[in-house]
Amino acid sequence: MIKLEAKGVDFYYSDFHALKNINMQIESNTVVAFIGPSGCGKSTFLRLFNRMNDLIDGTRLRGQCLVDGKDIYDKNVYVDELRTKVGMVFQKPNPFPKSIYENVAYGLRVNGVKDEKLIAQRIEESLRSAALWDEVKDKLKKSAFELSGGQQQRLCIARALAISPSVLLMDEPASALDPISTAKIEELIYSLKKNYTIVIVTHNMQQAARVSDKTGFFLLGELIEYNDTKKIFLNPDKEATQNYITGRFG
Amino acid sequence: MKHLEDELLALRDEVLNMWDLVYSQLEKAKSALLENNKELAYEVISREKRVNAFELMIDSDCENYIALYSPVAIDLRLVLSLLKINSMLERIGDFAEGIARFAIDTNNPRYENLIKDIQVEKLFDAVLEMLQDARTALENEDTKDAGRLFSQDDMVDDLYKQSLVKIAEFIKENPDCALDCIYLAILDRKLERIGDYCNNIVEEIVFYIDAKVMKHCGLKK
Repeated sequence: MIKLEAKGVDFYYSDFHALKNINMQIESNTVVAFIGPSGCGKSTFLRLFNRMNDLIDGTRLRGQCLVDGKDIYDKNVYVDELRTKVGMVFQKPNPFPKSIYENVAYGLRVNGVKDEKLIAQRIEESLRSAALWDEVKDKLKKSAFELSGGQQQRLCIARALAISPSVLLMDEPASALDPISTAKIEELIYSLKKNYTIVIVTHNMQQAARVSDKTGFFLLGELIEYNDTKKIFLNPDKEATQNYITGRFG
Repeated sequence: MKHLEDELLALRDEVLNMWDLVYSQLEKAKSALLENNKELAYEVISREKRVNAFELMIDSDCENYIALYSPVAIDLRLVLSLLKINSMLERIGDFAEGIARFAIDTNNPRYENLIKDIQVEKLFDAVLEMLQDARTALENEDTKDAGRLFSQDDMVDDLYKQSLVKIAEFIKENPDCALDCIYLAILDRKLERIGDYCNNIVEEIVFYIDAKVMKHCGLKK
C-alpha cells in the first residue's frame, strides 16, 4: 500500500528552484532514506510531507504531495490534523522546558485529550516504543533537560509517537549523537517499522544502508535514483549515485 | 576521495603482482616437466612460499580496506572479487608446485611419449593463455573477451577428457605403468582445474565490472 506519494513536485524558495519534478512512492511500513550532498533538496522534500515549509516566506509548491492518497496541500486539509498523522523528529533534540512526562503528554493535551489515565498509558507506551521507558520510568517528573543528548532525541521520538502518527519523518536524527546513542536510534527505527512508515534524511551513508529498505539519492534538486537500498549500495543504476556513495563526487 | 582510490588501486596492483608470480610459477612448472629440468622444478617449489605470503598479505589488506573504508557499489565489488581471485591464484600456485614435484619424481622414458600423446603441452599453453587473458581483463577493466575465455575452458575440458581415454588405453597396454599413469592423470586433472579457476576468476571480474553474477547461470556460452 502506498503511504506517501509525490507527483511532479517542484518547489521554490523565492526564485531558487529547490526541487525539480520529483515523483516518488513510499510504501507503508518501510524505511526510506534520502541521501545527497548538502543543499540537494532532501530535507526540503522531507518537510513537504508535514507542511513544515509553509512557515517559510516566499516558498512555492507545484505538483502534489499525497498521504494515504489525499493531497495534503488541499484547501480542506487542516495542518494540525495532518501533523497528528505525520510526526517529525529533527536533527537536534528539542525537548520542551518541561518534565519528561509533560513532554510526551504535550501532543495529547493540545489535541484535547483530558483523561489522565489514558495520557499516562500513552506516555508509557510511547516511551517503551522509543526504547526509553526503562531509563526514565523512575524520574518522569524530572526536567527533560536532565537527559543525555541520545535520551533527549528518543524522548522527542516518544513525543512524536504519543499522538499515534502513521508516518515519522526524521531529519538527520542521529547526526548530533555519539555512536552508542546512534545505534539505539537505528535499532529503534528498525523496530518501529512494524507500525510506522519512516522517512529519514541522513548524511551517513552507512546509516542509510543499515536502516533503510529503499534509498533515494538527490542531487541539485533532482531525484537521481530511487531504488532498493541493497541495489543502490551494491550496483546503482546511475553513475552520479555511484560517484556520491563511493566518495568520488565532485 | 583520492586516497581511498589510491588504496584500492594499490590493492589491485598487489593482486596483479601475485598474478605475475603465479603465471611465472606455472610457466616454469611446464618447462620443468616438458624439458625434464629438475633445477627449475626445485625453484618452483621454493618460490611457492612467496605465493602463500602474497595470499596472506592480500587477505589482510582486503580485510583492512573493508574495516576502515566500508566500501560500497563498485568499490565493494572490487574488494570482494580481489579476495576471491586471491584465493584462486593461491590454489593455482599450489597446482604449479604439485606439477613441479611430479616433474622431479618422474623418470620413465616411456612416460615422455605419453605426455606428448595426451597433449600436455597444449593443455599448459591453453591454461597459461587463459590466466594471462584474465589478468588483462582485470588490468584493463574490460570484459568483452569473457565469452572467449569461457569457451577456452570448454576446450581445456575436452582435451582433459581425451587425455583420460588415452591414459586408460596406455594402462591396458602397459599394466606395469599403471601407478605412474594415475599420477599423470592427476597432473592432467590439475591443469583442467586451473582452467576452471581461470573461468571462475573471469566470473569475478565480470561481477566487479558489470555487476553480473555469472556463477552457475549456464549462460556463458
